[in-house]
Amino acid sequence: MAGLGDEVRERLKRWTLELGGPGTRERLEQLTPPRNEFGVDPYGFDIDYLQAAVAPVLWLYRKYFRVEAFGLENVPNEGRALLVANHSGQLPFDAAMVEMACLIDKDPPRAVRALVDKWVPTLPFVSTIFSRCGQVVGTPENCRRLLAADEALLVFPEGTRGLNKPFAERYRLQDFGLGFLRLALESDAPIVPVGVVGAEEQAPALFDLKPMARLLAFPHFPITATLLPFPLPVRYRLWFGEPLRLGGSADDEDSVLEAKVARVKSAVAAQMARGLEQRRHVFW
Amino acid sequence: MPSTDSASPTVPPAVPGPGAGASAEGAAPALDGTPPPWTVAITGISGNLGKKLAKLLHGEAHIVGIDRRPFRERPKDVEHHQVDIRKNRVEDVFRRGRIDALAHLGIVHDPRAGSSEAHSFNVAGTQRLLDIAVRHGVRKIVLLSSANVYGPLPGNPNFLTEDTPLLGAARFPGVRDLIEMDMYVQGFMWKHPEVETVILRPVNIVGPTVRNAPSNYLRLERPVTVLGFDPIVQLIHEDDVCRALALALRPGVRGVYNVTGPGEVPLSAVMKELGREPLPLPHFLVRPIVRRLFESRLSGFPPGEVDYIQYLCAVDGSRFARDATWSPQHSMRDTIRSVLPSR
Repeated sequence: MAGLGDEVRERLKRWTLELGGPGTRERLEQLTPPRNEFGVDPYGFDIDYLQAAVAPVLWLYRKYFRVEAFGLENVPNEGRALLVANHSGQLPFDAAMVEMACLIDKDPPRAVRALVDKWVPTLPFVSTIFSRCGQVVGTPENCRRLLAADEALLVFPEGTRGLNKPFAERYRLQDFGLGFLRLALESDAPIVPVGVVGAEEQAPALFDLKPMARLLAFPHFPITATLLPFPLPVRYRLWFGEPLRLGGSADDEDSVLEAKVARVKSAVAAQMARGLEQRRHVFW
Repeated sequence: MPSTDSASPTVPPAVPGPGAGASAEGAAPALDGTPPPWTVAITGISGNLGKKLAKLLHGEAHIVGIDRRPFRERPKDVEHHQVDIRKNRVEDVFRRGRIDALAHLGIVHDPRAGSSEAHSFNVAGTQRLLDIAVRHGVRKIVLLSSANVYGPLPGNPNFLTEDTPLLGAARFPGVRDLIEMDMYVQGFMWKHPEVETVILRPVNIVGPTVRNAPSNYLRLERPVTVLGFDPIVQLIHEDDVCRALALALRPGVRGVYNVTGPGEVPLSAVMKELGREPLPLPHFLVRPIVRRLFESRLSGFPPGEVDYIQYLCAVDGSRFARDATWSPQHSMRDTIRSVLPSR
C-alpha cells in the first residue's frame, strides 16, 4: 500500500518536472523550507508532497487555463509579503494559479501560502492536501506568526463574497475586510496587489441557493450555468503590481484604515483593469 | 510573603538553595544523612507519572505522596499518605511537616468513572487542596493540566497560545473537569499572589508506562482514522513531562504554560513510524461507530476523542521554553516509539 503510494508520488513528481519545463528541478531545489525528520515543517507543509501534488494543478496552469503571469518580479524574493488579489470563480482555482505562478514561473521560486477559509479543515482529503501543500487557516494568529517568520501569504479580502458572487458582478470588487491590513501594518509587510483576469468567467453563477448552503454548512451554494461549478477553459492572466508600503499604526481607528484599504483595493482594481484592457478574448 | 515567613521562624533568611524557595531549611548542600532541603508533596503519586516524578525528584527533595491508592514499591524515604483529597484528614499531611511545594497530578481521567464522583474529586478536591496548601504556607503549586483544554476545533490556528479560550468541552465533555480545574487555578493565581502557581498544559503525553487515550490509541494494531483527515499532532514523552514538572517546581517560574515535546508531525507519519495499518472510516460513520463500541464496552475510546484525530489542537510552547529554559530530551522518533513494548 505504502509502496503504491510512493510509486504514484514519484510519477506525479516526474509529471510536475515535465510540465514545468527545463530548469524546473533546479528552480524547485532552491526552495528549502524548514523540515523535520518526517519531512514536514511545523505547519505540516511537505515540499516533497507539494512537488507531487501540484502536478494536476500545473496541468491546469499550463494546458487548461494556459496562465500568463506578468510582473512576477514584484513579488519579493525573500522576506515577508502579503499578496492581495480579487477572488472569483466559485472554486478557488485563482489561489492555486497565483501560487503556481510564484512556484513555477518566478525565478527564484517562492512558496506562497494561501490563507484558507475556516470551513476547509472540515473537508476530508481537501484539508489534508491543503495542509501538506502549505496552506493554513486564515486566522489572525496564523497570519501574524507566518509574517513574523518572513513568509509570503496570499489573501483574498473579499473572501467568499467574491468567490461566489454571481456572474453579473464579475470584475466588481466586493467589500474588503480590514483584518488583512491591520496585520500588514503590524508586521510592516509590503502588500503586492494582484489582479486575476479570467477566473471571473470560469463558472458563471446564476444565483446562490441559500437553503442548500445552510443544509450543507457551506458558505454559499452557487448554481452555475454548468450546473456544477466546474471551470470552463478560460485563459487566466495574472498581473502582479508594485508592492505598496502603507506606513502607520495598526491600532488606528477603522476610518483611518478604511482609507488605506481603499488604496489597496484601487491598486488591485488597477491591475485587473490593465489585464482586461490587454486581453483579446476570454478563452484565448 | 511576610505571612508565610512566620511558618519557619527559626530559620534565618538564607540564600535560596536550588529549588528551595526563600525558606531553605539549610541552604548548605545536603550531606549524606541530612534530609534534603525542601519538601514536595505530590498528589496522584501512585499513578505512573506520579511515580516517575517522585523518582526524578528523589534525592533532591523530600517527597510526600498523597493518593487514594496505595503506593507500591515505595522507596523507604518517601512518605505516603493514602487519603482522599476531599477528606479532612488530608490537612494532617500539611500539619505534620512543612511542605514547600505541591505538584497536583491526582486527576481522574477515566471516561467510564461515574461522572459526578470524578467531578467532585477533581474540582472540589482541587479547591480543598489548594485552600489547605495556602493555609499551611506552601509557596509553590504546580497543576498538571493539558493542551487538550483548548479543544481540536476546525478553525483553530496552527499554534494555540496560552491566551486561547478553553473550548475543549464544547464537543467533548471528557475534558470538562480539567477545564474547570485549570480555570479555578487561574483564579487562584489572582487571589494568592504570594503563592507561586504554575499551570502546565502539556501536549499528548505518551510513554511506556502511560495508559492515557493517546498512548492506548497508538498501541492499537489497526487504529481507526478519519478518512481524508491527517491532522498535525504533538506528542511529549512521559520522562520529558516529569522534567517539565520539575522545572516548574523550581522557584522563579509562575504562570500558565503550554509544554511541547520535540515537534509536530502528521498523524499518518506517526502510524507509519509505528508500523500500524490504520483503518480509515468516513467522517460521518466514525462517530456513530466509536460511540457504539464505547457504549458496548468493546473499546475504551469515548466518541469525543474522534475530534483529536480529525482536527488540529497544536500549541505554541515557546513561552515555557523561554521562561523555564525548557527543551525536551527525547527526539520525535523516540517519543513516538515509546508506546511500543520494549524489546
